[in-house]
Amino acid sequence: MTARTPFTTQVTTPSDREITVTRSVRAPRELVWRAYTDPALIPRWMLGPPGWSMPVCEIDARVGGAYRYLWRSDADGTEFGLAGVHREVDFPGQLVATQAFEPDMMGGESLVSSDFNETAAGVTTIVTTILYASQEIRDAAAASGMADGMEAGYQRLEGLLADVAA
Amino acid sequence: MTPAARLDATFQALADPTRRAILARLATGEASVNDLAHPFAMSQPAISKHIKVLERAGLVTRGRDAQRRPVRIEAAPLAEANGWLEDYRRLWEANFQRLDALLEELQAVIPTRDKN
Repeated sequence: MTARTPFTTQVTTPSDREITVTRSVRAPRELVWRAYTDPALIPRWMLGPPGWSMPVCEIDARVGGAYRYLWRSDADGTEFGLAGVHREVDFPGQLVATQAFEPDMMGGESLVSSDFNETAAGVTTIVTTILYASQEIRDAAAASGMADGMEAGYQRLEGLLADVAA
Repeated sequence: MTPAARLDATFQALADPTRRAILARLATGEASVNDLAHPFAMSQPAISKHIKVLERAGLVTRGRDAQRRPVRIEAAPLAEANGWLEDYRRLWEANFQRLDALLEELQAVIPTRDKN
């Protein structure tokens, strides 16, 4: 392949309680697996919105092994975490783990399944399906991304208004 | 309410951290005003005010039960506020773009079986 068309992320809701995120990357799946399971590599990419870092990343990628991620806001030091236990670890094709928020804002545990399939030479398609305890929790989890983005938007607006007033 | 005014009301309602926390709590199930006031160390009237804002935006409804009038989350306006899946998608896309860069860097160091 000479022309490198960028891959895009697709989000679908296959059922009332699920969200599926699909994205391809240019790498063999063994390497993608490493990026998903190596505590030295995870904090380099799994960061969410700009302005957050991951000071704690613990992962035991074995069936029954636990993981814990903690994110911190550069701006005000706010922290939030995700933690869970691996249910299925099938190198290099599938990772299934439970997931709960710390502190538990959303009530309950979800199940996250990440599938890695080589769909072309050197191209891995990552399919992540999150199964939430209820539709309400799924909707709130998806909407919280929106609320966070808006919070940042409002903060920028406040800063702008303060500048104008000064 | 026009769609634009509704969206505005939704955004205004979500701009407050207490109201977002109330919605997060309601995502786990309906609750009375009393239940909601408890974890926030706020008076009932203060919480009622927040609930009124959420109600006006259509984000919550109140039950008919005259005694408790339980508060319930309404997911539809959140979904309608069109950032719903799009902003969620963008969060993931930001992660994947960093993953792209990392994987490229790793492959520059480690020759892969697909390179020839």
